[in-house]
Amino acid sequence: MYSMDLGILWYLVPSVLMFACGVYGFVTRKNLIAILVSLELMLNAADLNFVAFNRYLFPGQMEGMVFTLFAIAIAAAETAIAIAIIINVYRAVGNTDINEISKMKF
Amino acid sequence: MDYSQFSAMIPELIVLGIFILVFLFDTFASESARKADGMLTTVLFGLGTVAICFTGCLPQECFGGMYVCNSVSFALKCILNIGVFIVLVQSLQWTDSEDMKMRRGEFYELLLATLFGMYLMISARHFLLFVIGLETASLPLAALIAFNKKHYESNEAAAKYIMTAVFSSAVLMMGLSFVYGLSGGSLYYNDVAAAVANGEMSGMLIVALAFVLAGIGFKLSLVPFHLWTADVYQGAPTSVTSYLSVISKGSAAFAFFVIFVQAFGAVYPEAWEWMLYGIIILTITVGNLFAIRQKNMKRFMAFSSVSQAGYIMLGVIAANAIGMTSMLFYILVYIFSNLGAFGVIQAIGNKSGKLNMDDYKGLHKSNPWLAFAMTLAMFSLAGIPPFAGFFSKILIFTSVTASNSMALYMLVLIALINTIISLYYYLLVVKAMWIAPEDPVVPAFRSACSERFGMWICVAGIVFIGLVSPIYGWLSEMSNLDASQLFAWLG
Repeated sequence: MYSMDLGILWYLVPSVLMFACGVYGFVTRKNLIAILVSLELMLNAADLNFVAFNRYLFPGQMEGMVFTLFAIAIAAAETAIAIAIIINVYRAVGNTDINEISKMKF
Repeated sequence: MDYSQFSAMIPELIVLGIFILVFLFDTFASESARKADGMLTTVLFGLGTVAICFTGCLPQECFGGMYVCNSVSFALKCILNIGVFIVLVQSLQWTDSEDMKMRRGEFYELLLATLFGMYLMISARHFLLFVIGLETASLPLAALIAFNKKHYESNEAAAKYIMTAVFSSAVLMMGLSFVYGLSGGSLYYNDVAAAVANGEMSGMLIVALAFVLAGIGFKLSLVPFHLWTADVYQGAPTSVTSYLSVISKGSAAFAFFVIFVQAFGAVYPEAWEWMLYGIIILTITVGNLFAIRQKNMKRFMAFSSVSQAGYIMLGVIAANAIGMTSMLFYILVYIFSNLGAFGVIQAIGNKSGKLNMDDYKGLHKSNPWLAFAMTLAMFSLAGIPPFAGFFSKILIFTSVTASNSMALYMLVLIALINTIISLYYYLLVVKAMWIAPEDPVVPAFRSACSERFGMWICVAGIVFIGLVSPIYGWLSEMSNLDASQLFAWLG
């Protein structure tokens, strides 16, 4: 029989993996949009962590859920600004490749 | 709900009120009247600063303890207010240009919005409010950095800033989620502190602390999280750079202090003293070494501010009341010195568009007063005796040696050696201005009235703050009032 009771690790391990994938993508990707997608993965990993901790460790409270709600709103605002800046960069350079926007150097 | 709690938020409400007034004025005034946007904001903000400084604050906790109004955070808000006022005065000339005609109001609105976020961050005693404050502070800053949207550098800097800012807040939130798992289901600083003190040391706590440290370290541009600093400082409009380097850094440093000392104070020797120890040494040294080879003045100031952030962090590792006081004092002095230097950079940049150190050669022949202001700022940043920077460095070193630990003595020694290295590159600027035999590159000009006003405030601050002792006494009194609350959990 399937059990409805998954342990907390079933949530924490995927969330850490998601975070690691996000960091990996952030470091290796060359396109600004792809970097932004990686960042979203990282933010969502943190949200997942919060919800899992709240559900399993402190089921009587809502603090983690509320934090997640705010974190989602913040992530949306961040994405909006990042997209606006990427559009600006696209207008200035003609593409969104990060190799094209590294003119300032040591 | 008890609405009288809002009376504790006077600084925030004043900033919000000015924001709304400027927004309405910018929206509904006629095009010719909108020329006065900058002046209106500056005057309103100046009055607001005076009002905040003289109303004082009644120490209390509001909104279930999420927000506190206490003497230390009030003192820091006064200091930041003075800094923002100088930034506003210095930006008047730049926003007056034809290019800025349509966007003048937005600059001031965004600036006030970030300041509002920083105030929340300073007063927060709950991690949710802290994160909201941090984001309210850093998102409008990204828009401000992209403000010169016709200049390519501004766009590149903004792209780099927003990506690192989002990355750092993701790391911070991941760290906070682990803190939440350890904390017994509450994110109040005091509850976290109690849970940390009662629980045992675990690998998870170390990971959580490292993540939180990294997240805030990005905002403070501590090494190894400093890589965005130079590019962003160079690409952003100079007014925004000066704002970023003092106000944003000062408030983040204070929030850092409160989080680590109040919420994680119980594990100070086991968990974060050594992390911070390594980071401070790296920050001061790497910042100094990279500053030596910079040719662009804004990049130079960026690396100088990285190493100054290391000195500010000395107040955190001291973790005592003198550390808190000298950190506030350091921030105050740093505001005047750094804004003095940026005032000169901006005046020259507005007039001639020149930003390289070589362009400053022979400046004393063409613009002796600018050279004078820049020299004082450099002396103060380097910590040469009669000026304010010397006193702030001495006080912060004193606070670190107060605990009599050998390791911390070594840290002070390393910081001292670095002060000597920093003397070399600060004096390079002075040498270019006064000693280099070349004919001046920058022609003689008369800087605008507002720029001169801003520079005179900074010069007065640099000369007098160190010599006028009541300021330190006042800050010390303020931090002693809150010491019992701040250091309650420290072993």
